[in-house]
Amino acid sequence: MYKERAAVIGDKDIVLAFKAAGMDVFAAESAAEAEKILKTRAKDHCVIFITEDLASGMGDALEKYKRKAYPAVIPIPSSFGTTGFGMAGIKADVERAVGTDILFNKED
Amino acid sequence: MAERLNVNPTRMELRNLKRRLSTAVKGHKMLKDKSDEMVRRFVELAKENKRLRAEVEEELSGALRSFALARSCCEDYVVEEALAMPSRALKIKAGVENVMSVAVPHMEVSREEAGEAFPYSFAQVTAQLDESVLTVSKLSEKLIELAQVEKTCNMLAIEIEKNRRRVNALEYVLIPQTEETIRYITMKLDENERSATVRLMKVKSMIEDK
Repeated sequence: MYKERAAVIGDKDIVLAFKAAGMDVFAAESAAEAEKILKTRAKDHCVIFITEDLASGMGDALEKYKRKAYPAVIPIPSSFGTTGFGMAGIKADVERAVGTDILFNKED
Repeated sequence: MAERLNVNPTRMELRNLKRRLSTAVKGHKMLKDKSDEMVRRFVELAKENKRLRAEVEEELSGALRSFALARSCCEDYVVEEALAMPSRALKIKAGVENVMSVAVPHMEVSREEAGEAFPYSFAQVTAQLDESVLTVSKLSEKLIELAQVEKTCNMLAIEIEKNRRRVNALEYVLIPQTEETIRYITMKLDENERSATVRLMKVKSMIEDK
């Protein structure tokens, strides 16, 4: 059966907030460190949230997890607000599927 | 013009090729329909994904900002101690759903309501911390929903891309090639037949001339 825990990888200061919400938290300083944690924890969690500033440096490592149903690796904003990395991911998906961006170009 | 397949121009090959062509055309039609339906669902999901993400990003960055503020109001170790033992565990019921024969995750939060919302005593920490902890806890369900939708989008996008390759390979390579080969074999067979007729006529006339 699938694992039933969620995990958060991020800056030491903000992961504590998720700990109170009952998620497993792992502090990481750099993208490389986050990647290492992701690799070792991928099997024990069904959802892994990674703060955008770390996720943006991880590129290929995230792509690998897109093909399987679990774990879901999802970027979330950090305490400095969003960098737009998560939205860029949706945009990339739309472009991949439809060939052109049909969701976002109305706004810009 | 499409390149023809490297086969012998025989009646048997022709029959096989015709059968293959009809399968390919049928398959192409079905894959194309599948692709259309997947794109339709994907667009719906992507819109939902965008909406959810915008909401979550806004609320979460607000909550995290206030959390950072709350932290700065007291000593590091106080906050760390206060949050060291969470009173509730976030449990997720994880399953697999089938969307257009893609196995996508399906998650549900099954929270144990037993514990207190705050794992610490109010005497030690500031009220801002309470608020941000509460918002993050409330947000966690939305976060899981976002995770599910976003993952489904990811996987559908990949599947759509794969499917499009298949459709294109059938439409632009396999079907034209097979058609071309069928034409080639038909012409070759007709030619053989004609030459046989001519040969017979020639033989006949030679016999009559004697």
